[in-house]
Amino acid sequence: MMDFLKRFSRNRGAVIGAVILITVVLLAVLAPLLYPESPWKMVQRPFLPPFSVEGFPLGTDTLGRDVASGLVHGARVSLIVGLVSTLVALLIGVPLGAFAGFYGGLVDDGAMRFTEFFQTIPNFALAIVLVAIMEPTLPTITLAIAIVSWPPVARLVRAEVLSLRKREFVDAARLAGLSNTRILFGHILPNAMSPIIVMASLMVATAILLESSLSFLGLGDPNIMSWGYMIGAARTVIRSAWWLSFIPGVAILLTVLALNLIGEGLNDALNPRLARKGR
Amino acid sequence: MRSIRDWPERDAEMEPVLKICDLAISLPPGADRGFAVQNIDFDLSAGEILCVVGESGSGKSMTANALMGLLPDQVEVARGTAHFEGRDMLALPDHERRKLRGDRIGMIFQEPMTALNPLMRIGDQIAEVFEAHNRHTPSERRDKALALIKEVGLPDPEKIIRAYPFQLSGGQRQRAMIAMALALDPAILIADEPTTALDVTTQAQILELIKTIQHRHGMSVMFITHDFGVVAEIADRVIVMRYGEIVEQGPVAEVLKTPQHAYTKALLEAIPSDHVPSPEPVSGPAVLEVRNLRKTFVTSGGLFRPKRSVTAIDDVSFSIARGEVLGIVGESGSGKSTVGRAIVRLVEADSGEILLDGQNMTALSADELRRARRRVQMIFQDPYASLNPRKTILHALCEGPIVQGVSRDKAHARARELLEIVELDAGAADRYPHEFSGGQRQRIGIARALAMDPDLIIADEAVSALDVSIQAQVLNLLRDLQKRLHLSLMFITHDMRVAAQLCDRVAVMQRGKLVEIGPVAEVFLNPKAEYTRNLLAAVPGTDWNRGAA
Repeated sequence: MMDFLKRFSRNRGAVIGAVILITVVLLAVLAPLLYPESPWKMVQRPFLPPFSVEGFPLGTDTLGRDVASGLVHGARVSLIVGLVSTLVALLIGVPLGAFAGFYGGLVDDGAMRFTEFFQTIPNFALAIVLVAIMEPTLPTITLAIAIVSWPPVARLVRAEVLSLRKREFVDAARLAGLSNTRILFGHILPNAMSPIIVMASLMVATAILLESSLSFLGLGDPNIMSWGYMIGAARTVIRSAWWLSFIPGVAILLTVLALNLIGEGLNDALNPRLARKGR
Repeated sequence: MRSIRDWPERDAEMEPVLKICDLAISLPPGADRGFAVQNIDFDLSAGEILCVVGESGSGKSMTANALMGLLPDQVEVARGTAHFEGRDMLALPDHERRKLRGDRIGMIFQEPMTALNPLMRIGDQIAEVFEAHNRHTPSERRDKALALIKEVGLPDPEKIIRAYPFQLSGGQRQRAMIAMALALDPAILIADEPTTALDVTTQAQILELIKTIQHRHGMSVMFITHDFGVVAEIADRVIVMRYGEIVEQGPVAEVLKTPQHAYTKALLEAIPSDHVPSPEPVSGPAVLEVRNLRKTFVTSGGLFRPKRSVTAIDDVSFSIARGEVLGIVGESGSGKSTVGRAIVRLVEADSGEILLDGQNMTALSADELRRARRRVQMIFQDPYASLNPRKTILHALCEGPIVQGVSRDKAHARARELLEIVELDAGAADRYPHEFSGGQRQRIGIARALAMDPDLIIADEAVSALDVSIQAQVLNLLRDLQKRLHLSLMFITHDMRVAAQLCDRVAVMQRGKLVEIGPVAEVFLNPKAEYTRNLLAAVPGTDWNRGAA
């Protein structure tokens, strides 16, 4: 574990990413304490620029709602959607890919055709359709994002399992009389963990972007303040009050960037032999 | 095969082609030693074959890589000079050195499949060498390539020039590599374990080819190898390396006959000798009987691809008595490993019977098979791949017995006992595989097989991946355990000398067929099948070894 942290911290970008992400997480967790009132509540004159009135460091939006409050509450939504949808995507993709790779033959063919069916439909279009069909609430949005993002996971896991199942230690486990499921979950999957973890960290970033895009289009949960909604609501006034789109945009950028940096750091730490030169 | 040559008298005035002085190559911090090699001093004279011998990690390849400028990242030449044609190669800037590479110094590698570009035709790859050095017009290049292909003895040059690497056999690929290295008639040829990946008969041919070509072109050859048999076959002079330093150098006859350094002596002793023991024939009830086993691998054809089938096992029958060691020898592709895997049903045979103490293994259902697994265990070839890197040794040893119904405490106690039996200390139990060396891992593999208390153990090339000295230790351990525990062992190997050391009886396989089976002394000293005779003749260093025994 210490060794892992050491390798991770050797990548300076990853450390910066971790610091940013921890800040965002802290803000999200502390949101009810920092801004106990609803972020939807109109509290001041509209279109206040940042730092113009005390108590409103980021100003107010078109309806006089506190931008800082919206930002902090929006962080909660972004992070929850990112994490939960990634978890669900893993829950679908990992077993499917693992079975396809391990059993091969018809199972593999079936699972991969099913995966391709999802891969051939553009992600975002499918997500829009799913949200439009179901009611736009936080759980359905999360589910829709998970449904469009599991296929790459299944492909990755299948490829890993395909190469791992040919290893001699798998033969040895088979000779010990272990059942197939036990070989798969006890011996093969633990060895495929590192690429899955790296991929998951990047998927969280993609999920946050997807959620923002959906909210931007007005397909978000109407009761929940989110970064995408903030940008979407401010887009009509972008020439007179550019900061209303700019501030949540920077928040998305920083969070996604942090997750990508962390993903890269994890990759370096978990696959030390692939680590690039000069690190 | 030739016997030892006398060291040819050389003119004392003769300038060496390559003169290496005080070479040291540093490793990045955190490596197991500070220098990959240090205090390296040697000369390569014109027209000689110099063998650099050592075990893995001795730094023998590093020296060659430093000359060619092929050192991995963070590994650097710390000091030293290498004078070649009046210049210090190590001080040359990259572009100067690039001009020398392929032109004045040619190199061939261990694995011709990865050293050749899989997407380029052989002829183009050879022509590319000329192109890189701006020689000849394109049509001349083609003619030259054709001539080279002829020179290295590839059959049907017109066809080979248009072939892709995957269409050639291992030996043919190595010939193509040699043709590339020869293209610009270099003064020095560096060969890094060029025959290690090849079968014995192919190895003998390639060694012969290198010798002829060296003679014809008057090149100097620096030949890196771990095999003293190869050294006896080809070398004029030998350098023995250990831990990055030269421990001994001299003419081949001297080093092989009267080695000075203790390490050289130990290495020479560790080589399985040709002396064939004649063990008492083991009689008794058969623990394993294989009857008319057949297996054909079929790759299904596609739209533009015909179906391909390879017969891996063709009507093979034999039996192993309780307490007997049966060796199965053959070249790669002979089906010897498939037989082993068919017996444990990692591969399903097409037809035939496998009787274990009278119980037909081929007829078992999946559930029955899982319970019967215990009775036949395997020791695998690759000590790095055969242990799960994420499980402790204790877990590796206990998992099988626990699944078979042994209580956890009992399994743990037995595991610690087994570690002692294979001469590892009991503290090894809680560590992970990556903390052990190849030889130690192979001991763990043996312990894992023993943990199941099997009726038969199949060792599939169990010592092939190990250095000679480690190989000797593991073989000793296996022999000792076999005697003590009265094990029945099926020992699959490509190395005739190893088989002679351990086995009671030997079976020789060729292209899926069992061509000969009999007591070890009979098969080795009085082989009946033509193929067996060829195999035995191709073992490198035969004459030298006979002389020594």
